Amino acid sequence: MITLRSIDRRRVLRGMLGGTAVTVALPFLDCFLDENGTALASGAPLPVCFGTWFWGLGLNPGRWEPPTAGKITQFGPELAGLTPYKDKVNVYSGTKVILDGRPMITHFTGDWAVLTGTTPREERVIIPSVDMLIADVIGTKTRFRSLEVSSTGNPVHSYSRREGAAINPAEVSPAALYTRIFGPEFKDPNAADFKPDPQVMARQSVLSAVRAQREDLAKTLGASDKARLDEYYSSLRQIEQQLDLELQKPAPLEACTSPDKPTDIVLGSEIESVKGNHKLFAGLLSHALACGQTRVINVTFNDATSSLRKQGSSMTHHVYSHEESIDPVLGYQPNVTSFIMNISGGLADMVGALDSIKEGDGTLLDRMLLMASTDTGYAKVHSLDDMPLITAGRAGGRMKTGYHVVAKGDPATRLGLTVQQAVGVPINSWGTDSMQTSKTFTEVMA
Amino acid sequence: MKMSGKGRGMTGKGMMRRLALCGAVAALCLTGFTGQSKADGDAAGQVAMRRLTQDQYKQIINDIFGPTVTLGGRFEPDLRDSGLLAVGAAQVSVTAAGLEQYDLMARSIATQVVDEKHRPLLVGCKPASETAPDDACSKAFLSKVGKLLYRRPLTQHELDAEVAAANAATVKTGSFYNGLGLSLAGMLEAPEFLFRQEAVEPDPDHAGAYRLDAYSKASRLSFFLWNAAPDPELLAAAQNGDLNSSSGLKKQVDRLMASPRLEAGVRAFFGDMLAFDGFSTLAKDTTLYPKFTSQVLRDAQEQTMRTIVDHLLVQKADYRDLFTTNKTFLTPLLASIYKVQASFPEGVQDPWVAFEYPADVPQAGILTEASFVGLHSHPGRSSATIRGKALRTVLLCQKVPDPPGNVNFNLVQDTNNPNYKTARQRLEAHRTQPSCAGCHKIMDPVGLAMENFDTIGGFRTTENGAPIDASGELDGAKFSDVAGLGKAVHDNPAATACIVNRVYEFGAGHAPNKSETEWVRGTLAKDFASGGYKFTDLLKDVATSDVFYRASAPQTGALDTPKAKLASDVTGNQEVQK
Repeated sequence: MITLRSIDRRRVLRGMLGGTAVTVALPFLDCFLDENGTALASGAPLPVCFGTWFWGLGLNPGRWEPPTAGKITQFGPELAGLTPYKDKVNVYSGTKVILDGRPMITHFTGDWAVLTGTTPREERVIIPSVDMLIADVIGTKTRFRSLEVSSTGNPVHSYSRREGAAINPAEVSPAALYTRIFGPEFKDPNAADFKPDPQVMARQSVLSAVRAQREDLAKTLGASDKARLDEYYSSLRQIEQQLDLELQKPAPLEACTSPDKPTDIVLGSEIESVKGNHKLFAGLLSHALACGQTRVINVTFNDATSSLRKQGSSMTHHVYSHEESIDPVLGYQPNVTSFIMNISGGLADMVGALDSIKEGDGTLLDRMLLMASTDTGYAKVHSLDDMPLITAGRAGGRMKTGYHVVAKGDPATRLGLTVQQAVGVPINSWGTDSMQTSKTFTEVMA
Repeated sequence: MKMSGKGRGMTGKGMMRRLALCGAVAALCLTGFTGQSKADGDAAGQVAMRRLTQDQYKQIINDIFGPTVTLGGRFEPDLRDSGLLAVGAAQVSVTAAGLEQYDLMARSIATQVVDEKHRPLLVGCKPASETAPDDACSKAFLSKVGKLLYRRPLTQHELDAEVAAANAATVKTGSFYNGLGLSLAGMLEAPEFLFRQEAVEPDPDHAGAYRLDAYSKASRLSFFLWNAAPDPELLAAAQNGDLNSSSGLKKQVDRLMASPRLEAGVRAFFGDMLAFDGFSTLAKDTTLYPKFTSQVLRDAQEQTMRTIVDHLLVQKADYRDLFTTNKTFLTPLLASIYKVQASFPEGVQDPWVAFEYPADVPQAGILTEASFVGLHSHPGRSSATIRGKALRTVLLCQKVPDPPGNVNFNLVQDTNNPNYKTARQRLEAHRTQPSCAGCHKIMDPVGLAMENFDTIGGFRTTENGAPIDASGELDGAKFSDVAGLGKAVHDNPAATACIVNRVYEFGAGHAPNKSETEWVRGTLAKDFASGGYKFTDLLKDVATSDVFYRASAPQTGALDTPKAKLASDVTGNQEVQK
């Protein structure tokens, strides 16, 4: 066995042609963790990661906000599940979505205005969501530019879109997600030996032939079809990137362990299934981040027009939200609130999964920034005021956490701008028309 | 259908009709059947770049490689636009996650094609050595399979690149078949295969005008009638110029329409129009509805498909009668849900039998089938509003506006409220709010007529102990039960206008533009009516028309350059014999 610490990339690749088992040099030799595991040997910290976490039908106004602005000492009752992580999350109240005279498309306008910065004019989204803007900056060197999951069993329940009308379809089965990430094509970054696969190199040359036709194909296309073709080639780039990575010994990542293969709970929108599958997803995605497989995740707990239901009940969360009376004693809709508590419990599960992976003195959550958003401020009347927004994680030290920020009627896009800046997207303004803003939440930016 | 298109191109009669309807429901009126393409200014039709749908992809793999090559993996969700996935297909691209899946499927298919079991039949030629590149065998295989996958001969440049890729892969892996398989996998995930990209050429019969080139014409025709890629005979008709003459075109249309494969095309169209893709994620509460299983889902779709195929293709009956016919097909499972007596052959697993509803039951027509009332319901109960909206949008091509914000829904359908036992009572309470009344007036009287069917399509006469009143009204036609609703749809001119428009959109991949609209609403619709609303006549009229193949000028000067030399011109037009 040869130790090739000083060998150059060209010689490494020559060795791969034979497909022999070698321990090869890393393409970037500085990619070892330092002793405490929080940084690469060069001194660069572990890379920042980003995620969106979407839930449908908002929360009950007045029941989720921490009682005071500033440092969080206590949450409103509907976010009480986040108490163990109160120093690691931020809550943003008082933001809204502004229609600018456009139609209020229920359970659609609010979600996409927050996630794309633009209030839609019709029931169609043609601009990229914030996670994609971020993935284009921080996700280009990983095996998966982003990973989308939905806990409802429906792949269309994805709140991530690129330019054009295509949604990024969500994985609905934890078992399938496991195979996609940790199946045969997973290269354990901590494995001692590494054997490059000649089959992978052969696939590279085949995909080069696919790419070579690009100019001929684009010649006769109009602008919109050209953009669609460009998106195809951008997707092809990800496959090529995956093959490139398969031919390189990955940098060791101390916190990376391959999880056990999960068994799917029944897929669907029944609440216990949703909670169970979501928890499996949260674990798998946290491992995927820790193992450097992706830096961007998008999680849907439930769809905007929430299809959540309880076994044996004829009502869905959505139907309840409009039809259930407010209990005069409690002051809220009890069945709706029961779903809300399950949702916020799901968010706590997600944050907990990220926080459970130890990296040096801290956890994966420290280099993560998870942005949780929804479609409405108050589902009962389809309100777009006081949109509940939450973030978790410190984005590698670029965010301060543990704060309740009160926005006083500002556009909800302030958060989208804040998270983009925090993870390193070079922009100083985001959104269009009245949703355009150049104000970040400076209170929480380190 | 987009709001932005409303009103344009509407005939005077249509406009009157719409105004009348608006008057009836105050400011919140239906956007009438007015879908028109964004390219309204174009004198000619649009060319499209459409992503293959799931069914098309599967059908093509089955046609080229046979049923023993299996297909795993998931597809990207298709997009519905202007009421059809076929139109949405011209809007979508391939996402990174989607291409990952195409990549997996492509490699799985290609591995099977070149394995020892399949290679004698599917690859055909043998290499001189199984461990080294073989140009002749690679070229023979890749040119014949490439023509079927890309639905046109490969250009010489493309073929050379594919052979070079196969050779390179062979060298790297030391296996000819592996290299050939990987090259095939590359074609199976290439945009030339995944997208149906149409090309145009100058129209020699009309100076300055353009038309689809012959291969694009062949594809449009084949996907329209068979929901599949052109077969070798149709590609040959494209290559030798036959498709450019009306007699040659008619000959091919007649051949395609006489084929049993027409059924797959008709099923694809109705599956798209009736939004059967919704069944893939349809859930019902099995505690409340223990009869609901995945078999019910399959049977419900198949019942309607069998009814449609029998009615339109076998009986060649009036399209409108689909809403009133008492003839259908049942399995024991469906019979138990509908609570009808049917006799089934013994000892046959999952038997289907033809069935006629007796005169004393309200079931009649596809509106009363589980594929409609079950698909358009909540998981745990029926929904008159959802059903009413579906009838308007799916079958009459109308748009119902979204509900307004800031509405108090308290009284609606609180099923525990003793004062509002039935859906009708609850919705009437809801309609006391003026901002809701407009839209609900156009949805509820239609949807309430289907209240005799629970959320899985089960027949019932009471809800919470109170008798169900299924009377209602559709655009002025009053009725007392769901059979009456079927009759009202049958008699509603929007139903036939809708199907004509949808058929055209399904084939063309876009909502008709101005010049197409004139023809679709004029000649095509009139001929459909005068011929007794025969669906096959409608298909044939579209497939043989000039309008269907017209094209606007190309987007760039690409046609100024000489046409790329096609590999088949060089290699002698090798055809695949299946």
